[in-house]
Amino acid sequence: MATEGKIYLYPVWLRIWHALNALGILVLIYTGLNMQFAKPGFELIRFDLAVTLHNFAGIVVSVSYLIFLIGNLTTSNKKYYRIKPKGLRKRLFKQLRFYVYGMFKNEEPPYPISVKRKFNPVQKYTYVAVMYLLVPVIIITGIALLFPELIIEEAYNMSGIFLTALLHAVIGFFISIFLIIHLYFATIGKKPVSNFISIVTGWH
Amino acid sequence: MRFPQYKISFLIFFLASFSTNLKADNDCLRCHANNTHSIYNEWTERNEKRLMNPYYILDSLRIKAGVHGSFGCVDCHSSDYETYPHQGELKLEPLMTCIDCHGGDENFADYKFEEIEAEFGKSVHAVELGELFTCSKCHSQHYYQAKARTSENVKDIVKFSNEMCISCHDNTSKYQLMSDSLNPKLVDTHDWLPNQKLHFENVRCIECHTQIQDSLMVSHNILPKEKALKLCVECHTANSHLNASLYKYKNIQARSEKGKVGVILANKSYVIGAYQNEMLNLLSLIIFIGVISGVIIHSFFRIIKK
Repeated sequence: MATEGKIYLYPVWLRIWHALNALGILVLIYTGLNMQFAKPGFELIRFDLAVTLHNFAGIVVSVSYLIFLIGNLTTSNKKYYRIKPKGLRKRLFKQLRFYVYGMFKNEEPPYPISVKRKFNPVQKYTYVAVMYLLVPVIIITGIALLFPELIIEEAYNMSGIFLTALLHAVIGFFISIFLIIHLYFATIGKKPVSNFISIVTGWH
Repeated sequence: MRFPQYKISFLIFFLASFSTNLKADNDCLRCHANNTHSIYNEWTERNEKRLMNPYYILDSLRIKAGVHGSFGCVDCHSSDYETYPHQGELKLEPLMTCIDCHGGDENFADYKFEEIEAEFGKSVHAVELGELFTCSKCHSQHYYQAKARTSENVKDIVKFSNEMCISCHDNTSKYQLMSDSLNPKLVDTHDWLPNQKLHFENVRCIECHTQIQDSLMVSHNILPKEKALKLCVECHTANSHLNASLYKYKNIQARSEKGKVGVILANKSYVIGAYQNEMLNLLSLIIFIGVISGVIIHSFFRIIKK
């Protein structure tokens, strides 16, 4: 679908998922940092409130992940996440070269956005890694920490809860790093706010 | 090889007293470690089997595992107990408290019994109930083990310690030995605590219900409930309250035996916020600064090359 040179890239279900996910993840990062680094007299929010909000936001993100999975299984959106190993390294290099060199030389983007290609190769494989690897693991470890009685008590002489929590925190950290880069790269549009408007209206 | 006569006499005396003691203990436990006991009833002139009062049934294995496991029964109880039927007034014999035996004893200086007594004197138990509240109300002389010092397993320490508290606070009959009111419903009074079961299994009641005394391994100043710790972040922080209480002995031991890396590798417990790994914190800070620097440098070139 295209009108006045614009293309309709983000259907309603996807925008709802993206909004829920974005809000949920922001709450999770804020409350997660508060739980990990709280000190008496220096709490961004009360610890027990942080725990409750973190649990609640975790459930919201898990449900929204289900929307994403079902949406990607039942609509054509799944094609944007299809891995094509042939020439992958070359395509990634080409896009990275554009980000660190070409865009400052006013070169045209090597993989412009179209209805057929919503993501450039760097975007695509980052999203695949985050959505099909990091997010599922953080959801599974999160559910385990929500019901700690499900976790193996001891593994390799270490607490099962400790290993689960460590994995949960490490992945949480990488998702936070992804978020910073994701938000920054979103400013690389026609105008710095163009992509933010697109994910709200659906039109690119 | 010839032994001097006095040594042989001494050995015979020692063996005789040891076997007498052992026999005496076995005699006591023959009845007191069983549900039933048999006696010869001189009135009816026959052997009769009776039920043992359940409050006086002892677990002989737990006694042997306890700190007083090598003691004979009559080391603490009157030797008049060696005759049966026991005399009624023996029930009223005053029993020794910890300080009666351990007070001023250099062999137990490390345990600081005098300091424990002073701290206990400030506790709600001592203030409310005075001398009626003896050490044995919590520390069974029969079964007590110095778990906080000897156990490698934190859950084991927690279970042993909490059983002392709930043996009264979750048992109306025992609670009413000391109080005229009903014992509180622990699940209800702690309903504010998230993951209540997890907390009950992994931290001791005394973590929140005592005033920490740095010089003591286990604090004995039990606070009134209004003064109990209720701020999550006291434990869930890098400088956790638990490091000075539950993990105190473990930390001292681990530091001396395993070193800094060993402590991380041997981690068998996890408390949100309290677990801080300096290496991971530094690594994540470096990555974070790297990413932010990358964003700033990239933005800078975007602006000047516009």
